[in-house]
Amino acid sequence: MSETNSISGNKGLQIEEKLIFELGNPGCIGVDLPEPGPVDLDRMGGVRKREPFGLPDLSEPQVVRHYTRLSQKNYGIDTGFYPLGSCTMKHNPRLSEKVARLPGLADLHPFQPQKTVQGALEVIDGLAHWLKELTGMPAVAMSPAAGAHGEWCGLMAIRSAHEDKGEGHRRRVLVPESAHGTNPASAAMCGYTVDPIPAKDNGRVDLDALKAKLGPDVACLMLTNPNTCGLFESEIIEIAKAIHGAGAYFYCDGANFNAIVGRVKVADLGIDCMHINLHKTFSTPHGGGGPGAGPTVLSDALADYAPVPYVVHGKNGLELVEGPREGAKPFGRVKGYHGQFGVFVRALAYILSMGSDGLRQASSDAVLNANYLQARLSDVLSASFEGPCMHEALFDDRFLKDSGVTTLDFAKALIDEGYHPMTMYFPLVVHGALLMEPTETESKDTLDQFIAVVRGLAAKAKAGAAEEFKSAPRNTPRRRLDETLAARTPVLRWKAGSNQ
Amino acid sequence: MRYLPLTDSDRRAMLADIGAKDVDALFKDVPAAARLTEALPLPRHQGELEVERAFTRMAGKNLSAGCAPFFIGAGVYRHHIPAALDQLLMRGEFLTAYTPYQPEVSQGTLQVLFEFQTQVAMITGMDVANASMYDGATACAEAAVMACRVTKRNKVLLSGSLHPHYAETTETSLRYTEMEAELLPPDPLGFEDLLGRVDSQTACVIVQNPGFFGGVRDLRSLAAICHEAGALLVVLVAEPTSLGLFESPGAMGADIVVCEGQSLGMGMNFGGPGLGLFATRDKFVRQMPGRLAGQTVDVDGKRGWVLTLSTREQHIRREKATSNICTNSGLCALAFSIHLTLLGGTGFAKLAELNHAKAVQLEQKLSKVKGLRVLPQSYYNEFAVHLGDEVKAAEVVDALADKGILAGVAASRFYPTWPELAPVLILAATETNTEDDMDRLVAALKEVV
Repeated sequence: MSETNSISGNKGLQIEEKLIFELGNPGCIGVDLPEPGPVDLDRMGGVRKREPFGLPDLSEPQVVRHYTRLSQKNYGIDTGFYPLGSCTMKHNPRLSEKVARLPGLADLHPFQPQKTVQGALEVIDGLAHWLKELTGMPAVAMSPAAGAHGEWCGLMAIRSAHEDKGEGHRRRVLVPESAHGTNPASAAMCGYTVDPIPAKDNGRVDLDALKAKLGPDVACLMLTNPNTCGLFESEIIEIAKAIHGAGAYFYCDGANFNAIVGRVKVADLGIDCMHINLHKTFSTPHGGGGPGAGPTVLSDALADYAPVPYVVHGKNGLELVEGPREGAKPFGRVKGYHGQFGVFVRALAYILSMGSDGLRQASSDAVLNANYLQARLSDVLSASFEGPCMHEALFDDRFLKDSGVTTLDFAKALIDEGYHPMTMYFPLVVHGALLMEPTETESKDTLDQFIAVVRGLAAKAKAGAAEEFKSAPRNTPRRRLDETLAARTPVLRWKAGSNQ
Repeated sequence: MRYLPLTDSDRRAMLADIGAKDVDALFKDVPAAARLTEALPLPRHQGELEVERAFTRMAGKNLSAGCAPFFIGAGVYRHHIPAALDQLLMRGEFLTAYTPYQPEVSQGTLQVLFEFQTQVAMITGMDVANASMYDGATACAEAAVMACRVTKRNKVLLSGSLHPHYAETTETSLRYTEMEAELLPPDPLGFEDLLGRVDSQTACVIVQNPGFFGGVRDLRSLAAICHEAGALLVVLVAEPTSLGLFESPGAMGADIVVCEGQSLGMGMNFGGPGLGLFATRDKFVRQMPGRLAGQTVDVDGKRGWVLTLSTREQHIRREKATSNICTNSGLCALAFSIHLTLLGGTGFAKLAELNHAKAVQLEQKLSKVKGLRVLPQSYYNEFAVHLGDEVKAAEVVDALADKGILAGVAASRFYPTWPELAPVLILAATETNTEDDMDRLVAALKEVV
């Protein structure tokens, strides 16, 4: 294969694109505005009027081309298979985008009189209803902005409940070693200390070790279920009993809720609160890093502590409660306004489209797809635990032993094959983890092609093609990037005259 | 079902390969008592037509801002969004990508974030900005925590100029920590004394500019007092288009600047999602929360971008991380960045001047309403007005809504226990307001006040 260097540096559809700061052309403008007239300096509070400070000027066609070219350097779920474990990269329906843009939902201000936004409150209340029904939980705090924010919200409710009972001394939180990093980080933000608990050889929490850790200073257990190894915690009901017996609460990280929607009501497992990532389980787009939403369902023991605001059914229709209210003991407010409303609209559109039958079929297909990957790959990769798995299949790097190829190299080779890699090196409890979550979005045909590619790469690795893996990817807009340089000499913004 | 590609024959073939009798067998680890044997008794799946109809019905129950003379601000602002923006935002490669963990296939998102960080640093007048927080309120809380970490002090002073939601969110965030927040009373006239309250225990002062009631102030002397006492000055900007008109917080001496980015590129969406902007000085960069995109080179020596300095973050540092934040507001950052790029330096300044001019025009027109007085001496595109001692602003807002006018927000919505604020109404004007809107507002106010 011969590679020719073009004069421009472009490769067909892969077009090199400068920074906007290098494209600006003074005198251009991308938005036509009327002339404002002279500024009333008397109304500026003694603050000086700002001088021009170097933002570039571009016209609309330049701007459209810039962002279109940048988009072409990205891989999305629209592009292809994105088996990023623990992230639930499922199809983002376009109907959700369409209804979220209806002016009657998008062009609303959060402080309009409530009688002018009854339909918006109906969206919030309608979604809350579904989330409560799907989990069997009596209450939900709708406002957290993402999963980690929901974790913190749940822990704040737990801490408030303990303080209220005169048990504010409970400051220790038990967290499995396999947990997402957000769990211990959220606990620390509530003034808690984190005590790790070990797993058994079968990838589940060691119940005896957990019991031994319980004590009068334990506030709660934070457990992901299905866990980050893609396994259902089979002793979860006993775990809940032990936790409650010790006067502590049970926080469930719901990042993996997609495996069990419509097949298990988490209330039946004995949990006290769980956040739900609407941008995972309920299909709202991840957008390259958000926005998400992390509504947090609460048991009766915690419901009174839910933060403001929340929607109630009042005598004049739906009412948004923004402050103190009889009987409620909100622990405070977690963000501005009324939650991630635009995300709620999209999630509710997905839920209404799927219905109870579709949601159950989706979790069934997600689990089926993961088990299919595990079954078809276990003879060439090394599965970390015996099946069946839930919605994701976990492998470790034993199959690469002595090949000179690492998990990272394997992932980069997948990129050249046209796939987004699986999650690498997480969870931390297995060596060189490769965590694959196919979701229900993928067809059997897509999975079969992926399986063939992974099998081919595994065979190549074992046949001694390490050099080829080390130099992957070769077909991407950029090849492996120097992360050490980026961290040692941080360049976090463009500056005039500083560029190559 | 249109989102599910597997057919029953696919499922049977796959189960055979797995060696499982049926799908239920894959759920054998679920305790039997907790297994649901059939779909929950809730509505079944629906086609696009039915779902769209349901949302059209709910949307129809709302009075959308475009259908009314509209003067609400208070932290969420209605601006015109260029048509190109939404088309670009809908590109699937942006919309449906995850966080850019694999930089070779995420250079689009990463370059956007690098440009966004640069734009935020430039408009705030700071050295460096992160890749976004959830919203202005949570960014404000994170700034308080960071200031405590930097100064190794625990006292956070919150100005009465602060948006009440931001103050509440910050107080909530510090509630179960060693840190303490002291919140000053609401300050519609801009008379509060912050200078006299800064001492050797103060980690930071957080002040909003323009303030919640609209007032704009020169922050130089406050910055000097803070720095003399070893405290940080945190400046919050709820309306970032104001940065096109006023000298930047950075130039006035701020150490951390946090903003709500909603007013560029995002529409109102009933208040969410928002976009937290977070900027600071170079020397504090390793104490920052949130993600950072940084420049580097690839193995061929070509310029490219990666996520960097992640040893601050939860996935590496766990309970010792600077924040628990993971998913943030990536797509909102893209929207903000596209809008600012379309405006450019020229358009950004012009938009700000236009907003200010609209507010000046509104003040002039309101002078014809008997008994009404504008409270702040200075403002950008928003100000509080006093409607007269006997008038309740909440009732005025309600009465005007019945006339199809969305006439600002009553201060009592946030401060129900402050009777002196009952007559106070907060009004905003942007480039979207026409002279006819203003005349209708003034005529309606004359009738009810």
